[in-house]
Amino acid sequence: MGTTTESTLIDELRALLAANQLLTDPADIRPYGFDGTAGLKGTAAAVVFPNCTEEVAAIVKLAAKYDTAIVTRGTGTGLSGGCVPSEHSIVICTVEMNRILETDTQNLTMLVEPGVITKEIDEASAAHNLFYPPDPSSMKISTIGGNVANNSGGLRGLKYGVTRDYVMGLEVVTADGTVQWLGGKCVKDVAGYSLRDVFIGSEGTLGLITKILIKLIPRPKAKSTLLATFPSMQQAAETVSAIIAAQIIPCTLEFLDRKTIRCVEDFAKVGLPDCEALLFMETDGHPVVVAEEAEAMEAIARKCGATEVTRAKDDFHAIQLATARRSAFSALARIRPTTILEDATVPRSKLVEMVSFIEATAKKYDLQIATFGHMGDGNLHPTFLTDERDHKEMERVEAAMKAIFDFTIQLGGTITGEHGVGLAKRKFLPTQFDAGSYALLSKIKGSLDPHNRLNPGKIFDLDLRPVDHG
Amino acid sequence: MDKPKKLHLETMDYSVVQPCMHCGMCLPTCPTYVETKRERNSPRGRIAWMRAIADGEAEVDKPFADEIYDCLGCLACVTACPAGVDYAQLFEAARADVEEHDAAGPGQRVFWRWLAVKTIFMHPRLLRLVGRGLYAYQASGLQSLVRKSGLLRLLPKRLADLEPQAPDICKRFSHQLIRPVESPTEMERRLQPMTRTPESEAGSQTHSTDADSTAKARRSGTHPTAEAGRSGTHPTAEAGRSAYRVGLLTGCVQDLAFSDINRDTADVLLHNNCTVITPAVQPCCGSLHAHNGELELAKKLARQQINLFKPETLDAIISNAGGCGSHLKTYGHLLAEDPAYAERGKEWDRKLKDIHEWLVEIDFTPPTASPGDVEPITYHESCHLCHGQKIRLQPRKILDAIPNLTRVELKESDWCCGSAGIYNITRPETSAKLLDRKLEHIEATGSTTIATSNPGCHLQIQNGLKKAGKTAIVRHPISLLAEAYRPQPKA
Repeated sequence: MGTTTESTLIDELRALLAANQLLTDPADIRPYGFDGTAGLKGTAAAVVFPNCTEEVAAIVKLAAKYDTAIVTRGTGTGLSGGCVPSEHSIVICTVEMNRILETDTQNLTMLVEPGVITKEIDEASAAHNLFYPPDPSSMKISTIGGNVANNSGGLRGLKYGVTRDYVMGLEVVTADGTVQWLGGKCVKDVAGYSLRDVFIGSEGTLGLITKILIKLIPRPKAKSTLLATFPSMQQAAETVSAIIAAQIIPCTLEFLDRKTIRCVEDFAKVGLPDCEALLFMETDGHPVVVAEEAEAMEAIARKCGATEVTRAKDDFHAIQLATARRSAFSALARIRPTTILEDATVPRSKLVEMVSFIEATAKKYDLQIATFGHMGDGNLHPTFLTDERDHKEMERVEAAMKAIFDFTIQLGGTITGEHGVGLAKRKFLPTQFDAGSYALLSKIKGSLDPHNRLNPGKIFDLDLRPVDHG
Repeated sequence: MDKPKKLHLETMDYSVVQPCMHCGMCLPTCPTYVETKRERNSPRGRIAWMRAIADGEAEVDKPFADEIYDCLGCLACVTACPAGVDYAQLFEAARADVEEHDAAGPGQRVFWRWLAVKTIFMHPRLLRLVGRGLYAYQASGLQSLVRKSGLLRLLPKRLADLEPQAPDICKRFSHQLIRPVESPTEMERRLQPMTRTPESEAGSQTHSTDADSTAKARRSGTHPTAEAGRSGTHPTAEAGRSAYRVGLLTGCVQDLAFSDINRDTADVLLHNNCTVITPAVQPCCGSLHAHNGELELAKKLARQQINLFKPETLDAIISNAGGCGSHLKTYGHLLAEDPAYAERGKEWDRKLKDIHEWLVEIDFTPPTASPGDVEPITYHESCHLCHGQKIRLQPRKILDAIPNLTRVELKESDWCCGSAGIYNITRPETSAKLLDRKLEHIEATGSTTIATSNPGCHLQIQNGLKKAGKTAIVRHPISLLAEAYRPQPKA
């Protein structure tokens, strides 16, 4: 896009929006150049803050008119560079669209705008004794729109599933600037393709989400929180496999290794024990079942070699521990300048193998890798503690990362369990898909966004943008 | 202005600016971001800007200066940051760069900065003289005359708005209420209700007695614990109720507007077996200077404090103002490059204690009476006490130790009230919004007393309550404790 076109587009945006809804000054747009991912930066031409669906549609139409890329962003907490702007793009930031529009206690649904903070949805549900289970670690900051666009997971995924399982309907603005409603309040609905599901997890590459109809469930009446310490990571992994094999599905089975424990304790000071591996386990539901499951899990942990199993003293302590766990990724930044978080996920029966492989890889490439994650989901977060300015070391990081991804796929796993592909993992995506399924993926993008204007360069490594258009 | 120096942001260790991984955990705790929802006004946005300057990608210019002065410096982001980014250090370096490179631009702020930061708050006697003048203005009835006459309308708007915010100055300042050395044996007398005896003003006659000579005089007596303190093993309650030797910082605003809180602090220390050393004339701690880009002046004041108090002769140096304490605990860092003071600075930091922190550490004696009609009460946390010094439970513990006192938790108790040093003067609009938010939460508690431990917060909330026509009052937790210690008049 030429400079003249760009300035004409900005003039038109200025005419469309109020002064505080448009940022173009380099100092104002600099902090919209990154998300929570290390080492990825971009510079947009402008950042806009629409207040409603109509404004989003009008902005998308203007971008189409001037053939300009659009990058949608919530609060920028993503972990794959999904909202890092491409050069000269327009960033549509949804933070001003932050209203809860309706709570339907008859159908147990909630209609919200995309800029609502994830945690506020659960808090608003709690007022009606209802529950919104998905709880990504960034839930205090992340927006629901970003969660839907990335199909975010969280600590309760094991029992309750992920964001997709709680989306009944979506309003989306498609690449041509038209507004579509997909899905609805019916529990059963098999009319046509489930288009709503195509947009969930599409990372802003197929359309912009402007309203979300959320499914809520009754709030669990009781909860029990356990902490188990282990002399080795393998024993913690064995415990998880044994709990699942015993057909217990607790809501949370989280795991931290020694490095992570130390960093988290440094920050949160909640009295985490000093050990090689720690399991944070939570079961919720009917009080009788909760008591039974907690006892069974404790017994299994001991049998698998736990040195100590303790219970949270009260609700406050349980929340403290969960909050401490949620800080793990950021707390790891205390050790080295650059923190690169991965998201490798394997079937749960392969956990021990995966954990051992990560340990061996760190040794082989002479790197510091801390591991934590949602062990109950088989979703690990091996985290490279490194320094982006040390090019030699970064080469080893690249090699180790590839080795881990290759092994993950070999075990029948996936390169990303919950963070999305974005920019960070797009080059690994073809390894996981075969040629045919990767082409199918590209075809869907091509048919919904033929001019590749919506978040171009994300998910796909190829430049799909046609040379001539119109 | 001296010739432009190399930027602090460029020369400081890169490991200070680098750990921010922009995860966003700071966003919901930042009052300015929550207000505008614009990343530029967020901690990670400001740090990204600082990093761009450190990397030579951006300049220290007027927009940067505006942004760095829009930041309250409340340090809520520091509490929220799992990565442990030292925002306080970044913030001070950024403001120093702005000042040393004249980036904030000219205007009346130059005069006000010169008057306040470089002149009045550099000279404690001058500050007291100004305080005297203000007291005369307020006490003589001139203030109400001026207010009625409408003369204030002749002043520039901002200055006229400030006049009602000026603190009510105390009749007597700290040195007229606290003698340079007071020991627990004299406590009985001190426990009399707050009517001043002629002797209590005798302190003003003994200016020349500084901490050093008095310390020598005292050491001829028996002060075994001071030795224990020096050898590094801090005397604790386990060693029994032994005496401690502590210095008392009287502050600047605290000295003029709240000298009674300083007296209460001394009383509480005496009651807990501490000998209290209070030099009559004390320099400003330098917090105002460091937060406003004058690092060299801040260093100068730090050296003066260390020379005056001689930390090696004391078990602890006590601050009762959250904002001062937070800065006072960084002398070691501030003077790290100064060979003559680096070690003494570290010792100073080790011994510098907030009053609540110290009382809990020495296992203070719980009072047996209640301080009268103050409940229900709520507690507002000074930013620099809770975020800067991480002292959160101790003030609550002290309030909860007072018999028959019902404390109600304040929603967002750790959210800035908008005082933020001189922020209420430099950014009155944002400050007013934060004050309204605070008052709304206070109202919801139904409290008639608000306890807080920083003169800035004290004045800000007190002014807000007055303006809103509320009858609730603001007290320092230590004043409530002191009152509970004092013998109650028989009903």
